[in-house]
Order: sequence, then structure tokens, then C-alpha cells
Amino acid sequence: MAEEVKLMKGNEAIAHAAIRYGTDGYFGYPITPQSEIMETLMDEKPWETTGMVVLQAESEIAAINMLYGGAACGKRVMTSSSSPGISLKQEGISYMAGAELPALIVNVMRGGPGLGTIQPSQADYFQAVKGGGHGDYRLITLAPASVQEMADHVALAFDLAFKYNNPAMILADGVIGQMMEKVILPEQRPRKTEEEIRREQTWATLGKTKDRKPNIITSLELDSSIMEHNNIRFQNKYKQIEENEVIFEELLCDDAEYLIVAFGSAARISQKAVELAREEGMKVGLFRPVTLWPFPKKRLKSYSEKIKGILTVELNAGQMVEDVRLAVECKVPVNHYGRLGGIVPTPDEVVEELMKLK
Amino acid sequence: METLELDIVKQENLIYEKPRLMNDNPMHYCPGCSHGVVHKLIAEVIDEMGMEEKTIGIAPVGCAVFAYNYLDIDWIEAAHGRAPAVATAVKRLNPNKMVFTYQGDGDLAAIGTAETIHACNRGENIVIVFINNAIYGMTGGQMAPTTLLDMQTSTCPYGRKVELNGYPLKISDLLALLDGTCLVTRQAVHTATAVRRAKRTLRKAFENSMARKGTSVVEFVSNCPSGWKLTPEQANQWMIKNMFPKYPLGDLKDI
Repeated sequence: MAEEVKLMKGNEAIAHAAIRYGTDGYFGYPITPQSEIMETLMDEKPWETTGMVVLQAESEIAAINMLYGGAACGKRVMTSSSSPGISLKQEGISYMAGAELPALIVNVMRGGPGLGTIQPSQADYFQAVKGGGHGDYRLITLAPASVQEMADHVALAFDLAFKYNNPAMILADGVIGQMMEKVILPEQRPRKTEEEIRREQTWATLGKTKDRKPNIITSLELDSSIMEHNNIRFQNKYKQIEENEVIFEELLCDDAEYLIVAFGSAARISQKAVELAREEGMKVGLFRPVTLWPFPKKRLKSYSEKIKGILTVELNAGQMVEDVRLAVECKVPVNHYGRLGGIVPTPDEVVEELMKLK
Repeated sequence: METLELDIVKQENLIYEKPRLMNDNPMHYCPGCSHGVVHKLIAEVIDEMGMEEKTIGIAPVGCAVFAYNYLDIDWIEAAHGRAPAVATAVKRLNPNKMVFTYQGDGDLAAIGTAETIHACNRGENIVIVFINNAIYGMTGGQMAPTTLLDMQTSTCPYGRKVELNGYPLKISDLLALLDGTCLVTRQAVHTATAVRRAKRTLRKAFENSMARKGTSVVEFVSNCPSGWKLTPEQANQWMIKNMFPKYPLGDLKDI
């Protein structure tokens, strides 16, 4: 398949991008508002073209453990779910972080807590970037703000996951998953052959050959001195990721006196709010973290001497705002504006909040 | 090296040797436990089938969590109960590999019941080796789903009671009902005869998985001398007297 321009939902774009990336396997369980991902894959039947395995598991727990098995074999494997289902996957994500396995997990967030609502939300920010499972680990977290980025982040997440042998998450929300936009789908890449995987992922459990010792994928180590050593290795890896992989986007930030910091759908709404505020003479810029972890804290800190105030806009009660305050070391006032429980704010509401910064 | 010249180690005089795929790591299993014998049989079957380079084992959480330390093949250590889900993906992504799980009763029949039933119901082309010793050995002898009525454990010190804990779960009987399983069998390794029969059955199970016949479940009714607080010999006698009537040996399904 060559590069193609299509009109589709964010969820559908993820499915198409996964096939075109040369993903080896998808394992999922239905949950609104992301079921189109598995439905699109089943419709496309990639097992007949690229050989990609698509399987509906009996639960989110089974799906994440299928991911663990596939990733252990060095395969490009992914799952997707929404907030309550992602909570169920946390044990498996922690195991993958502990066993240093690369994989892609997509969370199309809905409102919580509990069964919550099926409407959009960004209330899983803490869970994604602070480590939702047990133990000291970090999850590479990408926040797409368009259907195009839903497609692009599949490749980005897999590339980062395999570069660092760490799970990566696309943290989208119900707006980005459900809205339709133009998207350029990349051309089809071949799936890795077993020979390529054996060469590149020397740790993969694909059967012990005579030239090497058995490969063992585990997160278990009863000797605490070795376990501490393992943890230090993980932390060093996380530092490297924080050094090298920060991605953000800046809109009209050069002359800005005020900044909005927002990700995902909140950034799209804030983009309009910036336009409206500038029409009223307020010099506002939009700073959009694309990687939520690693968080663009150095870049944000650089604004702390130049601007008068920051407003974070989130579809939650104030989660990323804590990281923004830490980044600017409280040198400028940082306010938060959020709508909860599946309500999406309007640009006018955001402008109103901006004015309070003056 | 003079001893190598002795007749008894001449190749033509060898009638028994340590399985080639078992390494020299000291085993953590208790004296008299069934795990060591079952490990040995799996090592022999993989070797005899010439599948060493194509086999991937999935270890559980429980006494066999360190199974990967003893057999020189590739291993994945799964989260508690999730081995059949892990094995599902390994086999589906690598259809030419031989994939098996090795699980105890707590792992397979309590926390992992859903994964076990659904992997079997999908007819995944894997082997599930199931060690049933009616107790949680690794954590110090707590009640398992397969613990017998009136059997004492550290979490039912007065014996398992129906009104509090329900009945011992005959999970293999349940799995035999599923259309996805092709072989469901109960074996033991307490006598030489039983060991030989068990090995033949294991071989069949592994062959089924490569012939894509569906899921094979090989339950080993086992002892737990430490957890049962008996000597190895007493534990075997107790197993024959109490476990076998509830978990009778033999094939529950073989198609």
C-alpha cells in the first residue's frame, strides 16, 4: 500500500497506521470510546495481507498479558482500551516495564472514576505519567491532538519503545478517538522477519539456538542487591529518555506574555482560545506537550523569566498543572482550568479563564 | 579422567542419563516433590522430539516460578495466572514454535481460571502442564481451589469446610467439556509405571500442539511433603489415599 489521504476517525487511523507500520499483533477487548480500533482491524483482515495477528481477548487482563508474551518474542505488539480497561492492564504494564519489554498501549480516555462515563476525559494523566502500576517505572507517554497524530504516533511509540525496551502509551481521549479529520496514512512497511528480530532483539524468546544461552524474560529477582542494580539501570534509562526524547509544539509563543499549556483535545480547544484572546489584545501562546512523559520541563522553565502567567487547560481536575508548576518552579502564577466527568470546555470559557491571569 | 575408561560409562552400556536439557542449577524444590520428575519428563520429551530450538516455556507464579532456571530452553515468566494468555500470543505469533505453560493449582484454577478456560476454549495449540498438589506451596501452605474437604492448610487450619470455602475445583473435568481441548488427562509420577505412562502422555500432548489439534491439558496429581507436613513417602501414601479418589488418574478426553 502506498501513502494515502483519507477522511476518518482517530480510532480508525490508529488501526490503519498499525497495519501499515508492520505491527505483528493486536490484542484487545471492546470498550467505548475506542472499539473502532479492533473493529477496523477485523474489517481490514491484515492476517491476509501482512500476516498481522488480531485477537479479541477474554478481558483487558488477558489482552495485556498476550502483549507481554508477544513482546517477549521481540514482536511489534499493541493493545488498546479506555480508562477502566487501562486500570485493569496496570499490572501487566508494570511487568513489561520490569522485564524491559517494548509494546504499544493505546488509552482513549473517558471520564471516571469507576465506570464513569463514555464521554471524553483526560483524567488518566497521573496514571499514565506517574506509573499506574506498582514499582518505580516510567511509561513513555504520547498525547496526540489530531487524527493525523493518532496515525503518526503509532510509529513514534513503537520506535521509542524498541529504542529503549520500554512500553509506550498513546494517551488520547474520546474527542481525538471519535472525531473525523483528513489523515495521510503512511506507505506499508514490511513486518520484521524472524531473522531480523533475532539479530536486533537478541533477548527475544524465539527458541534457544546452539550459539547462545537460553533467553529468559522475567521481572523477578529475589536477590535484593541485584534488584537494586536492575532498578538503577531502569532509572538511568529513564534519564536518557528525559534527555533525548522530549517533544512539544509551540504556537505564537515568541511574543507571548501569557501561556496556555494543554495537551490532546484540550490543546485543540485552546488553539481557538489563543486566537480569540489575541483578537482582544492579550498576547497568549499555546505550549503543547506531545510527550507527557518525558515532560518538556526544561523548555517550560525557560519561559518562567519571560511571561506573566500560565493557564493549564485539561479535561480533569488539575493533573498536568502539577508538572507545569514544578517545571517553572512556581516563578510565575500557574492557574488551572478543567471540566470534569466528560464535559468538554468551549474556547470562550478558556478565554474567560485567561482574563483572570491579568 | 581414568574413570571415563570404566565400562559402565561406555556409550553402549548406558541405560539412563540426566536429560540433556536439564542443567546443573541446584533445584529449589523440596525433597520428594513431584515438580523435579515432571521437569525431567518435559526435558526428555522436548529433546526426543528434537524441538529444543523451537520450544518456549511459560513459567507461572508459585513453586514453579523458577522453572526457567532448570531447563535450557527459552522461557517467559508470566504474571500470576496469566500463562495461558501469554502462551496464546507466543503461539499465534510463532505458529511453528512449540509452546507450553507450566502451572500450579492456585495459578491455573484460582487467579488464572478465566485465562485457562478461554485459552482452552479457543483451542490454542499449546500444552498446559498442571501440577495439582491441593495447596499453595510457595507462599507457605495456604488453601488452594483444589484443597480437599477437611484438609488442613494454614488458611483453613480446622480443615476446608463447604459452607466457608465451597468444594474442591475439578478444573480438568471442566476443561474436558470445552470443544477447544483435544487431550485432557490426569497423571501422577509416584511410581515408575506412572512416570512412564506420564511421559508417553506428555509426548502426545506436545505432538498435538504441533499437529494443531487444539489445547492439551496434562494434570499431574502431585504431593507436597512440606505443605502437607509429611515425609515424601507418607505424602505419596496420603496422595494415593485421599487425592486419587477425588482426582482419579486417566484420560478425561483424548481425541
